[in-house]
Amino acid sequence: MTNLLHPSRRGLLMAGGAGLLTAALPGHVAAQGAPIKIGFQLHRTGIGAAYGRWYERTAQAALKAINDGGGIAGRPVELLFEDDATDPKRGSEVVDKLTQSDGCDLVMGTLFSHVVMGSAPRAGELKVPYLVCSEGYHVASGALNRWTLQPGITDVRAQISTMAPWVAANLGKKVTMVFPDYAFGHDHRDFFTTAIQAQGGEVIAQIAVPPTETSFTRYFPQIPTETEVLYHVMVGPAVLTFVKELGEFYGTGAKPALFGFIDSLEAVDTATPGLEFLEGSHFWEAHPRVKPADAGEHEAAYRAAVGVDDNGASVSDAADVSTYSHMFSTWETLYFIKQSMEAAGYTGPADRQKLVEAMEAISDLPYGIERPQGAKRFNGKTHQVFGSQNISQVQGGKLVKVHTTTIEEGVYEDAVDYTTMSF
Amino acid sequence: MTGGGVKPWALHLALIAVLLTAQFWLSPYHATNLARIMVLAVFAMGYNLAFGYTGLLSLGHALLLAAGMYAAGLPAQLWGWGAGPAFIAGVAGGGLMAAALGLLALRTAGVSFMIVTLMFAQAGYLTLLYFAPVTGGDDGFAVAAASRRLLGFDLSTDTPRFLAALLIFAAGLLISLALIRSPFGRTMVAMRENEERSRMLGYNPFTVKLAALTISGLYSGAAGAAYALLFGYVGASFATIQYSILPMLYVLLGGAGTTLGPFLGALVMFTLIEVATGLTSAYLFFVGAALVALVLFAPKGILGTIRERWVRWLP
Amino acid sequence: MAFGPFLLLALMEGLVTAAVLALAASGLSLVFGVMRVVNVAHGEFYMLGAVLAWVVTTMIPGPPALAFVAALLIAPLIVATLAALADGLILKRLAYDPEATIVATIGLLYMIQQAALSLYGPNANPVRAPFEWRIQLPWFGYSGYKLFVVLAALAVLLALWLFMTRTKAGLIMRATQVDRTTACAFGINVDRVYMSTFALGAGLAALAGVLVVPIQQAHYLMGGDPLLLSFIVVIIGGLGSLRGTLIAALVIGLSDGVISMFFTPTLAKILATLLVAMVLVFRPQGLFGAKA
Repeated sequence: MTNLLHPSRRGLLMAGGAGLLTAALPGHVAAQGAPIKIGFQLHRTGIGAAYGRWYERTAQAALKAINDGGGIAGRPVELLFEDDATDPKRGSEVVDKLTQSDGCDLVMGTLFSHVVMGSAPRAGELKVPYLVCSEGYHVASGALNRWTLQPGITDVRAQISTMAPWVAANLGKKVTMVFPDYAFGHDHRDFFTTAIQAQGGEVIAQIAVPPTETSFTRYFPQIPTETEVLYHVMVGPAVLTFVKELGEFYGTGAKPALFGFIDSLEAVDTATPGLEFLEGSHFWEAHPRVKPADAGEHEAAYRAAVGVDDNGASVSDAADVSTYSHMFSTWETLYFIKQSMEAAGYTGPADRQKLVEAMEAISDLPYGIERPQGAKRFNGKTHQVFGSQNISQVQGGKLVKVHTTTIEEGVYEDAVDYTTMSF
Repeated sequence: MTGGGVKPWALHLALIAVLLTAQFWLSPYHATNLARIMVLAVFAMGYNLAFGYTGLLSLGHALLLAAGMYAAGLPAQLWGWGAGPAFIAGVAGGGLMAAALGLLALRTAGVSFMIVTLMFAQAGYLTLLYFAPVTGGDDGFAVAAASRRLLGFDLSTDTPRFLAALLIFAAGLLISLALIRSPFGRTMVAMRENEERSRMLGYNPFTVKLAALTISGLYSGAAGAAYALLFGYVGASFATIQYSILPMLYVLLGGAGTTLGPFLGALVMFTLIEVATGLTSAYLFFVGAALVALVLFAPKGILGTIRERWVRWLP
Repeated sequence: MAFGPFLLLALMEGLVTAAVLALAASGLSLVFGVMRVVNVAHGEFYMLGAVLAWVVTTMIPGPPALAFVAALLIAPLIVATLAALADGLILKRLAYDPEATIVATIGLLYMIQQAALSLYGPNANPVRAPFEWRIQLPWFGYSGYKLFVVLAALAVLLALWLFMTRTKAGLIMRATQVDRTTACAFGINVDRVYMSTFALGAGLAALAGVLVVPIQQAHYLMGGDPLLLSFIVVIIGGLGSLRGTLIAALVIGLSDGVISMFFTPTLAKILATLLVAMVLVFRPQGLFGAKA
């Protein structure tokens, strides 16, 4: 219902019409009040829609907080959301529209990595900063360009590397992996396999499930019986089916320890009937969904701003579980934009190159309301940010944080130096 | 259908001339979108030759589009081929894939043909995922800047990209006009209207249909290769069912069996989405409603209806 | 896992796949057989069934079984009404022209999907099975409800067969299927037959959606898969042949299950898809049934 009644992007534009007029005037007038326009490439429809909704809510909350605090360099900020249908082709068209038609200063917000891959070339051609919230390794691997950065969320490679030591020490060394047979899953396969070997463990089987699959039971017998740890990660609408079927398969029989990425259960209530077998199993979380006892001082304010309760569900509907371990990235990215724009003395699209250089110069990002997930370290050469990770255990149907890694554990050797590339 | 003398040629050349000037009076944003539409229209023209003229209702054209895209993109990615050779490889890739598809799928007809082509396309999509180390899987890859240069022009910049898209589009349009006015074009239509009779007249339906599908594949391959080189991205999502439905939609909307229908359909559909997303976040609803309305009031597509009622000579 | 239990599991999974396929395809087989139109929105009727099942079961308090039975009755009725409306307002006016119908049902597909997304949301929500019963075999556990779906599919197909062969309405439908013009000449109101066929087909799709949703989840994009698979089943089974539909579903479901034993999942999927395509290539008229 909310979607139909939602004010359209065009409506927002008209509301900002007065701002547009001032933007046409010389620079010193703009500094007094012309809004900074940030385009948001949103998965409103398509398979990413469950994430997109929470990305939109979190970004709106951050926008309000920033504007209430005086905006960016004294200028108000506006967000323009445009649906990319979770499709790479439409994604690049959306970058185009936001930049050329709507006159946004930069574009941000993409989650699904194939959309990032499809859109980044266009952002590079338009020479517009493109800040993704995708956790893919695509940025730090060097596959993209000088204009694409990921300042709000740690990439999969770093996340995974920090998990291996804990898994090997606490759960077991013979690991079987179940993952989706596309890039996101392949990152898990490649980096975890290497990381667990470094801990003296080994991956004894890799089961890549085709992304079109809606039923998974038939693949479970391929899990070797000597498996000590079952490492699972799944994304998309079928995640709950996957976890439920895993439960039915093992049932009351002997089963390996389960270690999953929360992606398998993002936007899903851990107390859903049929998930009882997850009791005692562990999950990676970037940002613990259930507020930990030792949560930082800004955690409560962040949850209140976004409208999320202490269990990670919407305050207006307890059944509406958030994508808590991903959505903070949009909040942190907006604050990163604020910081770098103010550092660069950004006044308008002509300063975009200066803005990217200012972003590349950032390194330490301390904990604060700007970064509710935790302190971060930005690597200007690889355009990738690094933060700490968490491991939670399902206890009484709830995720309870049991371990937090350091930032250093996730840092790896640079694969690229974007700062040497031309703009 | 073949009447009208020089009028059709004049009309098509006029359209190309108008498009040539469009880059001067359109904003860069709309000009880039027009380049996209022209590339998609080439794909739809290919579909139209198979479906609109020969009556082959395929749901597997995404396979042909992707064949062209990867045949152009992979050599560029792996061996650093330039845009020229890569484009030719893409066109050939689309044609070869279509010929292979036709050899098997043309043993069937009607809805069975639709399903068989759909299944081969689905197998093709999964194959792209399976060979992810080479193809990049669903993520795909960005085409390197060095491979996006042609005769010293940088295809990633506005004017060369627009002109390249227009060149491919114009070539495709004029060839399709010449083709359907040729004896072979009439044979294709005969195949659609009455296969049995054309068989009695001495034509081998299988050969005619295979040739038509292969030509359709050349067009699809050209569109896929053009997308890779002009917009710099190659990915498996172009092999999904969605991209088989798109050209069908464009063709039916613009008018199946009309040479300009594919372009018009792509233009209308693109504009429809553009306008609807500006009005509401529930834009798909309005796109759907518009499709239903169009088909209710112009069941033969826009140009098909115009031809039926007013302009009989429209090719 | 040893080969024996592995095979057993693969066969059980194949059987469930077959049941889901047969359920989803039965409605399409009817519509396709009688009306000769390609209804691209068929999968969306299935999705609506699943989503409505979620709505009904969350609204009705009490034991899950009761709410589920209510969903089984209410969801198909609503969807059938909707389909009848779509038929009267759109398809009839197009005179069931094959090409125009495809565009119109693509339009319908967009509208239904967007309505589901706007009103129901993008999340995949679970619906509780009417009963919780797990079978624990020595090697693995299995959902009892999945086996129930197999039985339900058989019951639905049987009921449909009885309806088509033993009732007057069924006879009229079959007559219209064989020869529309003659049926018209004999005073059969073809418009009404088409409308009820379309409604019945959509209702069956919705029924399938309700039955399947406790195994999968209600999600607004879930209609795509069953649409494609249903078409495949209907074509391979032969037009309008219920027996063919059942056997085709079994062939596809079981081969899918068994092939998945021997290859990595994606490769298994590729091979299973190619296998079915090849069956069609070399037996274009389908395994059973009259020529299309």
